[in-house]
Amino acid sequence: MPIADFRHGAAPAPPSVGVGFKPEHFEAIVDTRPELGFFEIHAENYMGAGGAPHRRLDAIRERYPLSLHGVGLSIGSPGPLDQTHLQRLAAVAKRVEPALVSEHLAWSTHEGAFFNDLLPLPYTDETLSRVSEHIDEVQNALRRTMLLENPSTYVVFAESEWAETDFLREIARRTGCGLLLDVNNVFVSAVNHGFDPDRYLADFPLEAVGEIHLAGCSEDTDDAGLPLLIDAHNSPVRDAVWSLYAAAIRRLGPTPTLIEWDNDLPAWQTLLDEARRAERAIVQGTSKSPERVDAV
Amino acid sequence: MPFETTIHAFAAALGDPSAAPPAMTRGRMGAPDVRRFSVYRNNVAVGLIGVLEARHPVSRRIAGDDLFRAMARAFAHAHKPRSPIMIAYGEEFPEFLAGCDGVEPCLADVARLENAWVEAYHAEDEAAATVGELAALSPDCLPRARIVFHPAVRLLRLSTPAASVWASAQRCDMPAAPIEGIGEDALVTRPECDVRVRILPPLGYDFALSLREGATLIEAAQALNDPAFDFGTHLVGLVESGAVASIIPGQTP
Repeated sequence: MPIADFRHGAAPAPPSVGVGFKPEHFEAIVDTRPELGFFEIHAENYMGAGGAPHRRLDAIRERYPLSLHGVGLSIGSPGPLDQTHLQRLAAVAKRVEPALVSEHLAWSTHEGAFFNDLLPLPYTDETLSRVSEHIDEVQNALRRTMLLENPSTYVVFAESEWAETDFLREIARRTGCGLLLDVNNVFVSAVNHGFDPDRYLADFPLEAVGEIHLAGCSEDTDDAGLPLLIDAHNSPVRDAVWSLYAAAIRRLGPTPTLIEWDNDLPAWQTLLDEARRAERAIVQGTSKSPERVDAV
Repeated sequence: MPFETTIHAFAAALGDPSAAPPAMTRGRMGAPDVRRFSVYRNNVAVGLIGVLEARHPVSRRIAGDDLFRAMARAFAHAHKPRSPIMIAYGEEFPEFLAGCDGVEPCLADVARLENAWVEAYHAEDEAAATVGELAALSPDCLPRARIVFHPAVRLLRLSTPAASVWASAQRCDMPAAPIEGIGEDALVTRPECDVRVRILPPLGYDFALSLREGATLIEAAQALNDPAFDFGTHLVGLVESGAVASIIPGQTP
């Protein structure tokens, strides 16, 4: 099964850049019909029974491929996956026929309570097995390959014994899932934990990447007064993230890329400008690269 | 440490604002870090408060941002979502408001109406019956007819004029204020994609409620004990508002 259907002719040719779909932008989109590779939606926002959200999505689907991004399955939980929620996700995937399906290396539900955030987990042999089992379950329920997104984190765990990049590589090897490389998450975690983001990218299993995310972040400080970046999705992509993205594209070749902007929404044109910048980065990165490889 | 133990401790600390960050978490100094862990706690709280703010725009204007946020924060602390589907979060918020000291009854009623609005917005799609379809029915079969309501329909009996307050808040940007006055019955419908809110005429609520419980038109009308009640007028009103999915004709006697 293909890791990213975009690479097998299901969607427009690269550079395939998309943006997160927000109802606030719906009229601007249908009025101007911009050329865009795809729109991404949060699966949970389309789990209502009917009404305007479904109608708007149908109108978007008529014109653009969709990427389905789950934010509530809690794949990184120690407990079993919520089967009801998994079936709901499968039902949305069946209804909207997305080109890509992705979820997070994170947990959000514990003992029936949903925490409405993407929470971190330790990287151990035990958690690796559990996450891999969960991904097998998701891929079986959806009958397709999913992409797993690297997280942004504010803390690490004393018991972690795997590097995040090795952990993701081993999950992809065991389950056959693809990876969603969130470059802003790399940058956020690198600043927060004091590692070199270029080194992280060099260690990342790029051969499994089927999609890239770009987003903005906000800044705070920790107890020691050190910078603490927060994955807020509320601002333009930072220059440091664009640089990392360019480096990733040079190695990956054209890869479906999403601009994520979920909070403090900008005007539609501002979001579109970010998408255009990513398209230019793909063209530049793939025309000048001496080491371009066709991944997968 | 077992995976389950780690996540359990993390979840417990998330839910308790006075708890120290979990012992197994590490910041850059190699120890638990209060400000780092607070980011997660804050994300959870701010996310849920944001859901309630989006669900209750008029209640928020009536209460003011600070008071609304404080009540939303208290609610979110006491009511963890049981589902990852945030469009269903906050159903109990109006009753929570009603139980808060010093909250105007009208504010809780407006919140009830907003809750019904959101439920109707996301309800199942179904075609609504038209006045033309109603007119095509033989008058003889109407008294014993039963009504199938549209899935989006919500009926509310409010002890305050909250529907008028809500409606005036849709028309202007002035801060909405609760007003004194008699209670109102409201009907929420969504025949296509647009949610509509109507204030029902006297007896309209009781009539619709009987019909929804399965009474025939004549049974529902007779139960009101008002010889002046004209079920035909009320039925047309219900159909016009998009509340009726279908009319099951009664057998002609």
